[in-house]
Amino acid sequence: MIAPFKTRYEQDLVLAKTPATKIAYGLLLLVMAGIPLVLGEFYVGELGGLFIFAIAGVGLMLLTGYTGLVSLGNAAFLGIGAYTNAILLAHGVPFLVSLPCAGLLTAFFGVAIGIPTLRMSGLYLAIATLAFGSIIGTVLQKWDGLTGGFDGFAVQTPTILGLKVEGATGIYYAAFIVLVLVIWVALNILRSPLGRAMVAIRDSEISAQSMGINLAVTKVIVFGISAGITGLAGGLYAHYVRFLAPDSFDILLSIQLVTIVFIGGLGSIHGAIFGAAFMRLLPQAIAMVRDDLPFGLGRLPGLEPSLFGLILVLVIMFEPGGINGRWVKLKRYCKSYPLHRKPAARRQKSYAKSERLR
Amino acid sequence: MSIFVAEDIAMNFGGIRAVEGVSFAVEPGEVFSIIGPNGAGKTTIFNMISRIYTPSAGKLIFNGEDITDIPPHMIAARGIARTFQNIELFANATLLQNLLIGRHTFSQHGHSRVGLLAQIGFLPSVRRAEIAHREKAEEVIEFLGLQRYRDQLIANLPYGVRKVVELGRALCIEPKLLLLDEPSSGLNVEETEEMGYWIEDIKQDLGVTIIMVEHDMKLVHAVSDRVLALAGGRILALGTSTEVQNDPEVIRAYIGGAPTAEASP
Repeated sequence: MIAPFKTRYEQDLVLAKTPATKIAYGLLLLVMAGIPLVLGEFYVGELGGLFIFAIAGVGLMLLTGYTGLVSLGNAAFLGIGAYTNAILLAHGVPFLVSLPCAGLLTAFFGVAIGIPTLRMSGLYLAIATLAFGSIIGTVLQKWDGLTGGFDGFAVQTPTILGLKVEGATGIYYAAFIVLVLVIWVALNILRSPLGRAMVAIRDSEISAQSMGINLAVTKVIVFGISAGITGLAGGLYAHYVRFLAPDSFDILLSIQLVTIVFIGGLGSIHGAIFGAAFMRLLPQAIAMVRDDLPFGLGRLPGLEPSLFGLILVLVIMFEPGGINGRWVKLKRYCKSYPLHRKPAARRQKSYAKSERLR
Repeated sequence: MSIFVAEDIAMNFGGIRAVEGVSFAVEPGEVFSIIGPNGAGKTTIFNMISRIYTPSAGKLIFNGEDITDIPPHMIAARGIARTFQNIELFANATLLQNLLIGRHTFSQHGHSRVGLLAQIGFLPSVRRAEIAHREKAEEVIEFLGLQRYRDQLIANLPYGVRKVVELGRALCIEPKLLLLDEPSSGLNVEETEEMGYWIEDIKQDLGVTIIMVEHDMKLVHAVSDRVLALAGGRILALGTSTEVQNDPEVIRAYIGGAPTAEASP
């Protein structure tokens, strides 16, 4: 393994630590920007959806993966973002204003749910956020003056400076730009005092407190940021589905988001992206092989959710690091190829601690 | 003037009186040890000083300021740092990150305060503050000789090293008062001896006042200026290490009876 020789402290603060990382991520950005020129409409649309879920994944990753707070109500944040954006657009607010507003309003809701649940953690927090999610779901259904209730809400096509953000390509680029921005923000937070405070709270609340970390304030800030990012994803999701129905932001969607961060790998931004890719690609893969499955398995209802459930259980049991954990091990294996040793790849402890000394 | 004073503090958990009517004063620059059998209330006193528990009665005074009612996260900003009996490091972060968390209080209340938006954009102010924190952390790394473990995850470090890292994290707060909760627990003989040297160094080179809870009497004897013996939440004896060790009350608390002629067969 070649480690870069460090001569200045600044070298530990930059995002791309080696020239190789810089080139690799630069190439990735270029390739992703060029994809709509090559691939067909369907694939571009699917990738756009993947990006939107990756944004939501990053939002939940900050909360669950880094701060150790499990939320089963993030679909509600997605819903709030989606409806805010759609309603503002319908009132003639430009897209460049309505989307940040969706993020901000959702962040406000995040803070609002963060404050009463401050003293909760683990299962109790999960249940509280679950309740919050179903309350928001009901509000979206019943407040039909604003949301259109069960009739749904048609989302207008947004324009940026006279340019229509239309079709799969439009959504793709919008989601791509927001995703890159969100990842940049997340990485900035993680290398700042706030990011360290989050990790400290996750690992040991009692000593975090003794280090001068204000648990309440930090948790509320993280709830706000996480909800804000999820709200941005929601705003884009509105354009992705083009027609909002209140029951699409239900518990199942929340569980999908949690699955993204768990399967992707808790405690890594890579994990959020990997998880989102997995979550969006698996249904496609199932659709492709559906007709060829034996015993009429492909026609069984509920094949997808049960497969997701099975995979989630297997991941938690055998690879708590998720896809990212595998990825890191694979990289380490390749780097030290002839000299690798088995203990180096032994199972790591999971970040998902529910109860411990406080 | 005493740097820290506990005035008649008490702590009740329901009907259990863990600590009762304990008063003591710690002078600047001394190593003050608290000893006692299990359940004597030593750690409870520590948790009261670091404000994790609120005393049921009494007052805690640090540097002339009453700290009985300030919130726990403000203790570090006053200059009180602590370590824990069963190491409470951030296991999934590197040693360096752990030390930097020790600097957290300065990014909240201190000279290098940084705002939330500045952190989100990682503005030059945050960059400068980070480098300043890093320099301080490196000083601690050098002081404790932890260079070779700098970028390792805590989860991968041996227990003895973790104990030293926890000491280092506390030093990053630039404390005036350091609370050590059983610094030698889980360490072997050499490591305990080494811990003794660190404590001496911290006292002499950094001028930090230390309150220490400890079971290893050899370590207590080696480093303490004064020793407070507790049993059942009450003070048994207070004085130099030799005085306390020879106090009949203390011997009775530890062995169950004074080794007197009438007790022997």
